[in-house]
Amino acid sequence: MKNKKRVIIPIGPYHPLLEEPEFFSLYCDGETVVDVEWEAGYNHRAIEKLSESKHWDQVTFLVERICGICSTSHPFAYCNAVEDILGITVPERAKYIRSIIGEMERIHSHLLWVGLAGHFLGYNTVFMWAWKYRETILDMFEMITGNRNHYAMFRIGGVRRDIEDGDIPSLRKVLGEMEGKLEMLTRAVLDDPVLAVRLKGVGVLTRRDIKDFGAVGPVARASGVDFDVRKDDPYAAYPLVKWKVITTGNGDVFDKAVVRLLETFESVSIIRQCLDAIEGKKGEIENQVREVPAGQGIGRHEAPRGECFHYVRSDGANSPVRHKIRAPSYVNIPTFKASCTGQTISDVAIILAGVDPCYCCTERVAVYDAGNKKKLYGFPELVEMSRKKTERIIKGEMK
Amino acid sequence: MNIFFMALYFIAGFILLGVWGLLAMWLERKAAARLQFRVGPPWYQNFADLVKLSGKEMLIPERANSLVFIFAPVVSVLAAAAAGTLILFRAGDAILILYLLAIPSLGAIIGGSSSGNVLAVVGISREIKLLLGYELPFACAVIIPALKSGASTSLAGIVSQQQAGGVFAGSVSGIAGFVIAVFSLQGKIGLVPFDLAEAEGEIATGSQIEYSGILLGLFKLSRAILLAAGPLFVVSLYLGGFNLSSPGAAAAGMLKYLLVLVLMILLKNTNPRLRIDHALRFFWGGLALAGMAAILLAFIGY
Repeated sequence: MKNKKRVIIPIGPYHPLLEEPEFFSLYCDGETVVDVEWEAGYNHRAIEKLSESKHWDQVTFLVERICGICSTSHPFAYCNAVEDILGITVPERAKYIRSIIGEMERIHSHLLWVGLAGHFLGYNTVFMWAWKYRETILDMFEMITGNRNHYAMFRIGGVRRDIEDGDIPSLRKVLGEMEGKLEMLTRAVLDDPVLAVRLKGVGVLTRRDIKDFGAVGPVARASGVDFDVRKDDPYAAYPLVKWKVITTGNGDVFDKAVVRLLETFESVSIIRQCLDAIEGKKGEIENQVREVPAGQGIGRHEAPRGECFHYVRSDGANSPVRHKIRAPSYVNIPTFKASCTGQTISDVAIILAGVDPCYCCTERVAVYDAGNKKKLYGFPELVEMSRKKTERIIKGEMK
Repeated sequence: MNIFFMALYFIAGFILLGVWGLLAMWLERKAAARLQFRVGPPWYQNFADLVKLSGKEMLIPERANSLVFIFAPVVSVLAAAAAGTLILFRAGDAILILYLLAIPSLGAIIGGSSSGNVLAVVGISREIKLLLGYELPFACAVIIPALKSGASTSLAGIVSQQQAGGVFAGSVSGIAGFVIAVFSLQGKIGLVPFDLAEAEGEIATGSQIEYSGILLGLFKLSRAILLAAGPLFVVSLYLGGFNLSSPGAAAAGMLKYLLVLVLMILLKNTNPRLRIDHALRFFWGGLALAGMAAILLAFIGY
């Protein structure tokens, strides 16, 4: 009720700050933001429902289309989930190749974020430079997978393409050049006094906030929570190579930038070790899978933005009967309530960008009354519906 | 000078500065593009943009006060052109030019406040604070040359003093004044790091958000004219002005102008946008204090 008196500054549904349609209402007192409200549902695509109508192998490529940036994270998590039902592991060579693709994606995604953050701060030089360096990673993707985006590398039981020995020297060369450029960019960003003034102490999330909102990924690690699925629930080649989880303690936007930039160096090191492991060797890259038995499985992957979670249930037929996806932005975006409150409008722009939100991953359905433009299902209504459904399940009316 | 010649001068100055400013804007865009590994626009891009904007539909919001809404950009561009003409023909008084150069910002404020958009309100609140911020050091930067030329505020007097006795930027207070003038000008023209009144990523161009068509074009034109007139003003105050008597002198004048422009472009491309409180602290804390110290230095003859 107290919000009624405040000035509402709208960000969205279409706004230069957002690449995707999304709506934030900033309740402001002067330039100070006192509350934030978030609305999704402008571009719902019903991926979970669609996946129930595709067969197992098709879903791998369907979930790749959830997000254009972390387009290998969703198949990664989905394959982990289905392999959990099957109870199989993938061949060692496929593990390494999966990790290479996953880490290359992390580098390009973090560089993309650095560029966008620069753009939102009006620092277009950083924007263009970061994106220029990102191009070499996309070229690397094209060399390995044939595609700059939507690599279609994963399939249940392994990967679709092998990395040829002939490609490895040029990959190493690109990685070497990449490292130099990353170092230059990191120094340029971290040593810039004006950037430090803009970013330090802005949008602070404490450890407590991270636990309360359940935030994941670089957002959590910037606040000193060393949660990383690659370490805590090892999969693919991550237990086989040496690397460390980057954490910092302040939880402001500057620290989030530090975590992301330093993570790219870890990714370069992981890719190098994986290339060492597969170079000059031959091996299977996939386990043939004939059919998926009844059961349920979960798969997790540390996407560039945090833990990506897939739950799949099978009744032994050709396609999943339930497929639940939770993208990392879904738990990171609510932290805006904690990080934006008390900040000024000019800082909110970079705080919103600071968690690297991916709205298309996060889209949820929203139901409106066409007559009076009121939202029909808010939080209380959804909780009520969920309770009723649970009661029906307990009574055995639903499976 | 009768009114007819004054009008003629004004029209000539307006056209010259308009073309000059749009070319300067192109240079600024092209330099930024080359710094950022981009190709950048062709030289006629800004002219094409202006022509295209003037052919677009002009939307006036329902809630806007349409008279004020239309007059704000017109007044902005006329004031910028008037200030520029006075600088170009070295006719006016430095104080008068200072006043005229403030009007484009006031135009943006009035136009934004009449548009009734909430983001425009945020934009104009920033513009007002910024205006209060940079006017003080900019005034300091005008007082220093006036003191140095024997308490003369006429632009002709300041320039002729320099052409006789060496440029003011050669002295300690002159260098300080020059730097202060360039920073204040950056704020006045609204380039990064002081573009927070427009801040595309935050408030979607702020005060100009509801403008479209030729009215938006006029705002762009007034910005372009400022980009020509502002550095010329600094050149007149500190670098001994320019004259068009011979091709050599004209080239020297152009080089001085380009020096100031390049400084501003570099400043723009190597900095992120500041927050309003940082900008105010910079203008009032650092720059204004330095300005007063420089005035003292100029007063005792350094």
